[in-house]
Amino acid sequence: MNFELLIQLLVNGLIVGLLYGVIAMCFVLVYKSTQIVNFAQGEFLLVGAWVCWAFLVYMELPFFVGFLLTLAFMAAFGVLLQMIVLRPMIGEPIISVIMITIGLSIFFQALMKWIFGVDPQSYPQVFDTQSVQIMGLNVEVAYLMSTAIALFIMAAFYFFFKHSKHGLAMRATAFDQQVAQSLGISVKHVFAMSWGIAATVSATAGVVIGLVNGVSDSLSIMGIKVFPAVILGGLDSIVGAIVGGITIGILENLAEFFDSQYFHVGNMYDIAPFYVLLIILWFKPYGLFGTQDIERI
Amino acid sequence: MSSLTMRPCGDFRTSYAQDNTIFETKTIRMMAILSVLVLCAAPLFLDSYFISIFIQMSYLGIAALGLNILVGYTGQISLGHGAFFGFGAFASAWLNISMGIPVFLCIPLAGFLTMAVGMMFGMPAARIKGLYLAIATLAAQFIIEDFFARAEWFSGGSSGSMAEPINLFGFAFDTDESFYYIALFAFVVMFIWGCNLMRSRDGRAFVAVRDHYLSAEIMGVKLNKYRLLSFGISSFYAGIGGALYAHYLGYVSAEGFTIFMSIQFLAMIIIGGLGSIKGTMMGVIFMVLLPEVLSGGVGMMQETEWGNIPMVVDGLAYIKEMAIGLVIIMFLIFEPEGLAHRWKQIKNYWKFYPFAY
Repeated sequence: MNFELLIQLLVNGLIVGLLYGVIAMCFVLVYKSTQIVNFAQGEFLLVGAWVCWAFLVYMELPFFVGFLLTLAFMAAFGVLLQMIVLRPMIGEPIISVIMITIGLSIFFQALMKWIFGVDPQSYPQVFDTQSVQIMGLNVEVAYLMSTAIALFIMAAFYFFFKHSKHGLAMRATAFDQQVAQSLGISVKHVFAMSWGIAATVSATAGVVIGLVNGVSDSLSIMGIKVFPAVILGGLDSIVGAIVGGITIGILENLAEFFDSQYFHVGNMYDIAPFYVLLIILWFKPYGLFGTQDIERI
Repeated sequence: MSSLTMRPCGDFRTSYAQDNTIFETKTIRMMAILSVLVLCAAPLFLDSYFISIFIQMSYLGIAALGLNILVGYTGQISLGHGAFFGFGAFASAWLNISMGIPVFLCIPLAGFLTMAVGMMFGMPAARIKGLYLAIATLAAQFIIEDFFARAEWFSGGSSGSMAEPINLFGFAFDTDESFYYIALFAFVVMFIWGCNLMRSRDGRAFVAVRDHYLSAEIMGVKLNKYRLLSFGISSFYAGIGGALYAHYLGYVSAEGFTIFMSIQFLAMIIIGGLGSIKGTMMGVIFMVLLPEVLSGGVGMMQETEWGNIPMVVDGLAYIKEMAIGLVIIMFLIFEPEGLAHRWKQIKNYWKFYPFAY
């Protein structure tokens, strides 16, 4: 048993898991407030990362300026998407809602391939040093930054929902749309806002992953990896999303470790979360923290 | 009343037999028979490009009908249909190569094997529905895809596997023209079976489960049984379609059966119309022609002096993908009931002209 590798993989899992947690949080936010399952979550990451890359490489802006511009762009993008495409879908059956986000995902994936090509591109150098030693482990600076950003986003979510007026309005809408509307909350704005926030925060995650691995088509796979995480945590629980994300991040690294050491099946890193997903759906379909659907006749 | 050739507005059915017919009027029945006859004669006057498109429509159409039985009639969502289609393709090639079973028997057997696999993955459907089911079938899609890449004994691994052409009584159906008849035969049989299934108790039970599952259960429809059965039948159709695909191309590789294919099947039935057999055909025709028309259009644009834009010509593959996504979005926003509904409206407009109401 190779303990050093195991610990390195666990740390990696935790770092990637935190990012999964952030993406899952955006997914849950959209699901909770608008009842839309966003299959285009991965494309938010993809679009955000490419737009930021274009700002940095084509327009040669400094990183933080380009990054802030990207966030502004993505907020507008999310809001517009909600207004143009998803508003007409309110009240439609679930299959239509799922299919429209799948349609969006195909569209933007192909559009990004068309504009930026299929080859992975890397960001210009942002940090001077590549990696630092922490307690004998090699940790990349970009990873440290990603952890810091993930934790910051989680804290920001907490304060936003607990202590701000808009956050309260969003929670009220998620609880009961009609009651919220009768109390003077504009449900329309809440819907648009939740898509805007989801797009912005996902784009941040996309840029962070892009800094580490480069930008490519594979970013959109993150949107699918998020499903095991949210199902494990429960579809409508923000805390569950974080717990699920970290669990899945560690789990896929553990699966990779045991596979490379003992089983030699291959491809476990990508496929293990889906086995877990099926098992959870089999035994506990509403996840760890989700609310169970109870139907009245 | 049974000898109607035109249907008046409103429902004037007076017996269950009328309510249950496949073709609503004599004219429609004659048209259907006539179009099959015309299709039989098609290889005489169409070149092989059109024949290959027809073959493509038939095997995709069979699989899409299966998905429509599951999604449109039973109201279950599946995002793994492409993987089941691929499973049928590999299963047929595998049965033929490793067991030596003749190909024309392999195709139905592959259908049954796929049915078994589909029911295995459909088992959670007994407990979960809607969104959760969509995600479960998404997991099934990735797991089966992974299985293709890994199981060398079954699929030949990354190198893919060869599929022999269909051979019946010493005659090999290895050209487009001869395979066309096999495909047409399978298409007609599977569609008539689909129509008949929807007229039977099982078919009505599917619709009941879709419309209000609690009421259905109270009326004695076994929910678990019918949800599972619907998954099985849908996978059976996918398997048959996949097997035809394998023996038509002669080679199956694991790369083709991705989530994108599953989405294309879903797009077909949404564009055509959920819960409509005629709509399935329309959707398949639309989705097969869409990329062909796009590449034809770009080809024609290239001829003119203003239209030869390198970005469009080089990006044709991406434009096709974008078009699929765009078409799904447009149909869901502007015509959620699909082409079948639009067709009905056009027919009504002419029937009631000038007194449309």
